[in-house]
Amino acid sequence: MEVFRPSTLDEALRLRAEHPQARPIQGGTDVMVELTFGDARPEALLDLSELAELRGFAEEDGLLRLGAGLTYTEAMQTPLASRLPALAEASRTVGSPQIRNRGTIGGNLGTASPAGDALPPLLAERAEVELASARGTRTMPLAEFLLGVKRTALAPGELVTAVRVRPCEGPQTFAKVGQRNAMVIAICSLAVVVDAEAGEVRAAFGSSAVTARCVVVPLAEAAELPERVVEAASPIDDVRATAAYRRHALRVLAARTLERCLRT
Amino acid sequence: MRQVALTVNGMRHELELEPRELLVYVLRDRLKLTGTNVGCDTSSCGACTVLVDGESVKSCTVLGVQADGAEITTIEGLAANGSLHPVQQAFHDHHALQCGYCTPGMVMAAVSLIEHGEATSEAAIREGLEGNLCRCTGYHNIVAAVQDAAGAMGRAR
Repeated sequence: MEVFRPSTLDEALRLRAEHPQARPIQGGTDVMVELTFGDARPEALLDLSELAELRGFAEEDGLLRLGAGLTYTEAMQTPLASRLPALAEASRTVGSPQIRNRGTIGGNLGTASPAGDALPPLLAERAEVELASARGTRTMPLAEFLLGVKRTALAPGELVTAVRVRPCEGPQTFAKVGQRNAMVIAICSLAVVVDAEAGEVRAAFGSSAVTARCVVVPLAEAAELPERVVEAASPIDDVRATAAYRRHALRVLAARTLERCLRT
Repeated sequence: MRQVALTVNGMRHELELEPRELLVYVLRDRLKLTGTNVGCDTSSCGACTVLVDGESVKSCTVLGVQADGAEITTIEGLAANGSLHPVQQAFHDHHALQCGYCTPGMVMAAVSLIEHGEATSEAAIREGLEGNLCRCTGYHNIVAAVQDAAGAMGRAR
């Protein structure tokens, strides 16, 4: 197995075009486990962890650009945590400190697991994904980027370079159910955003459909949210939980997070 | 093969690595620093925890080549001038181990937690060590040791 370690984004995009079989990797918290289990045998890895262009975050006119290399540990810290509190809460539930130091937002998007913890808070914030290739850069709504279980709209030659989000005014929070607090894949998860300006409540859930999914209800009908979430879910029975349990837990999480947001 | 330079416990090493070699095996097999254990191979257990540029990571899921240029601290790098690191001393004082297999990773995770100022309460310590499993289930003494060490390191500052 070859490991390419570009030091600039341009070099990474050139390598991406020349070696389409090379698997992009950031902190490796997903990819390395797949390799060790033998679930993946890529001919090559394209290590993006040296790219300064993907690090940290920036804000311009209220639009936040989170670099694909932003770690969960970084997403938990101020000032970002106060702009995107649900993402910070979700980041706190990821793995353990060691995993949060390595794992990245971009990696979570690239893996596109239905259980990706960063996905519900970003979906509920109507985030856009920034995709770059040697041909140029484009953005698309995260909801359109996620196509299925570990399937995305990433085109040949493209890399996820950032997430763009305009944080809305209003409370938001995140909750998840797992078999223990640390180092588990979510049985189900849910982020709620109260968008006062748009007059709506958005809830996005994970681990209960082929992708993380978002549900929107008018603020005046917020009480409907738990039922609407359950209707939108299509969970399955698996080693972690039954579909019936997931529906029940989603209803509880939606009601609980909504109460947290609206009780003030 | 790939030329990689690592600084481990203050000593610089220039190595030729296979791209697929995991950092934990670079430490154990190449550098003979066998204090770092491999428990699960899949980042679940935390036995392989080391510090890379001051941050705790699970070295079984990091490629050696990804650590090129990094400063790494392993359990062997903690004791200085023949005296135990405060966390090691506290583990000794509190008998914070039974079989000892998780201990190097547990100590490294605790060092990171304390150095980041996050070992502020019993609850915070339990949360901060949740990526490290002790299958003898000796958590009680481990948490007591880390609380003690956090106090000692705070006083030393």
